[in-house]
Amino acid sequence: MYGEEPLFGLLNRIGTPVEGHRPWPRYRLGRDGWLRLIEELKGNAWSLLGLWGEVRAVHAAFREDFSGDVAVVSLDCPQGRFPSLSAVRPAANRLERAAHDLYGLTAERTTDPRPWLDHDSWGVRRPLSEQPAAPVPNPGPYTFLPVEGDGLHQIPVGPVHAGIIEPGHFRFTANGETVVRLEERLGYVHRGVEGLMQGRPVAEAAKLAARISGDATVAHSLAFARAVEAALGIAVPDRAVWLRALMAELERIANHLGDIGAICNDAAFAFMLAQTSQLRERVLRTADSCFGHRLMMDRVIPGGVAVDLPERGTGLLLDLVVELRRRFPPLVAIYDGKASLQDRTVTTGIVSAELVNRFGAGGHVGRASGRDQDARRSPGYAPYDELAFEVPVLTEGDVNARVWVRIREVEQSLSLIEQIVARLPAISRGLDHPSVPIEAGRGGEGMALVESFRGEIMTWVRLDGEGTVARCHPRDPSWFQWPLLEAAIGGNIVADFPLCNKSFNCSYAGHDL
Amino acid sequence: MLKHILTSLTGGPVTEPAPAPADPALAELAGKLDKAAKARLGRSLSIREVDAGSCNGCELEIHALNNPIYDLERFGIRFVASPRHADVLLVTGPVAHNMREALVRTWDATPDPKWVVACGDCAVGGGLFTGGYACVGPVEEVLPVDLRIPGCPPRPVDLLAGLLALLETSAAT
Ligand code: SF4
Repeated sequence: MYGEEPLFGLLNRIGTPVEGHRPWPRYRLGRDGWLRLIEELKGNAWSLLGLWGEVRAVHAAFREDFSGDVAVVSLDCPQGRFPSLSAVRPAANRLERAAHDLYGLTAERTTDPRPWLDHDSWGVRRPLSEQPAAPVPNPGPYTFLPVEGDGLHQIPVGPVHAGIIEPGHFRFTANGETVVRLEERLGYVHRGVEGLMQGRPVAEAAKLAARISGDATVAHSLAFARAVEAALGIAVPDRAVWLRALMAELERIANHLGDIGAICNDAAFAFMLAQTSQLRERVLRTADSCFGHRLMMDRVIPGGVAVDLPERGTGLLLDLVVELRRRFPPLVAIYDGKASLQDRTVTTGIVSAELVNRFGAGGHVGRASGRDQDARRSPGYAPYDELAFEVPVLTEGDVNARVWVRIREVEQSLSLIEQIVARLPAISRGLDHPSVPIEAGRGGEGMALVESFRGEIMTWVRLDGEGTVARCHPRDPSWFQWPLLEAAIGGNIVADFPLCNKSFNCSYAGHDL
Repeated sequence: MLKHILTSLTGGPVTEPAPAPADPALAELAGKLDKAAKARLGRSLSIREVDAGSCNGCELEIHALNNPIYDLERFGIRFVASPRHADVLLVTGPVAHNMREALVRTWDATPDPKWVVACGDCAVGGGLFTGGYACVGPVEEVLPVDLRIPGCPPRPVDLLAGLLALLETSAAT
């Protein structure tokens, strides 16, 4: 596309493939190779999919978007240092800061060396490194970026916000009502998920994966399960594959419905929230009747699914589709026809196509700004290759476009549920719940890309010989969306921040881990 | 739009009847509230929700309490934006160390008499997050807890039953 060398072409020249990494290759690079990769990244469009540390090594994953090729690259860093990717891939910066805070790995020549997850409150530094260190005595306050100019004032907000939402800190610099800069500070809900997963049997680690971000519990469970299955070369029963997609689409609809209402509510149109929250409740109740949990937590497990759909399930799901098809379109018509609402959402919080591509931002944030990427389609995974669906893409990049992408996705997911339900009876029920056992005693490395309602999740896992988790890195889509929220609000009025924020709805827990 | 409003007006309420106040919750609360507190509260409760390290699952179900089906406000229970207006702190999560100070400061900012409700398995017992470097554990290790609502996450009806128990106990004279 840019006359560039193919991803695999370069990596085969500068790196050595590592055995047992599935389904995409992993290459071990030397320091020279890593520097060469950085050079190459300056001139090409490979998307950063993730960057994570472990003891004395750093890994990064990339995708060549037009071919769909994916690869992981690794660099041993015995001195605990590696050349930073942040200058060529700005989205790497916060991930590098996280790798520093957890593993003590230093990114050389980084664009921003400040701590990120470590708020000096753990009682230990670099907790996951070989030699955790004593905390800094009398730590100073976090330094926010300097802002200078006439008539500027700062508004600090959070970590505890006014609504029932997750905690994070926002530092607004405003000129009158207009936001000149927003700087985020996150990490407040860091629970140490990656550390807790280490050394755990797969089944226990799966429970942690289900609690990375409660709203995307199905998607995160699916990403973890598929990474484990890739590592072990396990094929799950057909029926489980279809039930997983069913749950994933229910989760997508429930979240979009809740968010569409909440965005309108933040534009002072409470009616919409009152309506869509009823529809959301309807979805959650159906999920509960079908799978025994309103959010379907712990229902997708490595090896398959934990429960099968009861006999009456297909009927309940079809009823749900019929009801949503009846009740949702009139609400969409109201959204479309309310000038006072459009006045708030149109041209508010614009993110440019250039920025979403530079950060590799997915989900409705990317697709509302022209980035045509959906993990269900590319690289794609079963059963979506057998299902018909469209990936809505718009180019305006404003709050309104993000709302419309979500509206269209609700419609697509309803159609997907219908298609899945039609296929299910033909797929043998088999045992009481479709799954294959995960035997201990085998190891391997695996990776999965899964499309959550928010965007693409990348989960990477290494299992040791005992079948326990040696290292797992679940990268929530929010990592690449949060930085864009800072850009989206620039030039808008402070009062529009809740609206912009809700239209993104980045995860705090999924990001902070 | 007009049609929608008309249907809403003529269709009758979608709200469901309330569950009975949870018995174990009632038992836990009995004796915790002294007379002065009861007199002060009357029959209303203002709640400040604090996410102290939740996965956001608990928040989703707390949100559901505000939908027209559960309609929490009909009981005089409402969520407020500032701890200074709150009687109750509804705390979720295994208290991440990074949230501990904010949680304590929110509690300090809440006027007496005040109650703390631990919502969800994480807040009640630390959940799956105990033993790591990043979480303190149950809310009760940081603040005195008056009511525990277990579940992962608790269902809206369980939340409702727990909060009603708090209301009943605090309103009884
Ligand atoms: S109790 Fe469950 S739903 Fe609630 S914060 Fe903990 S893990 Fe999430």
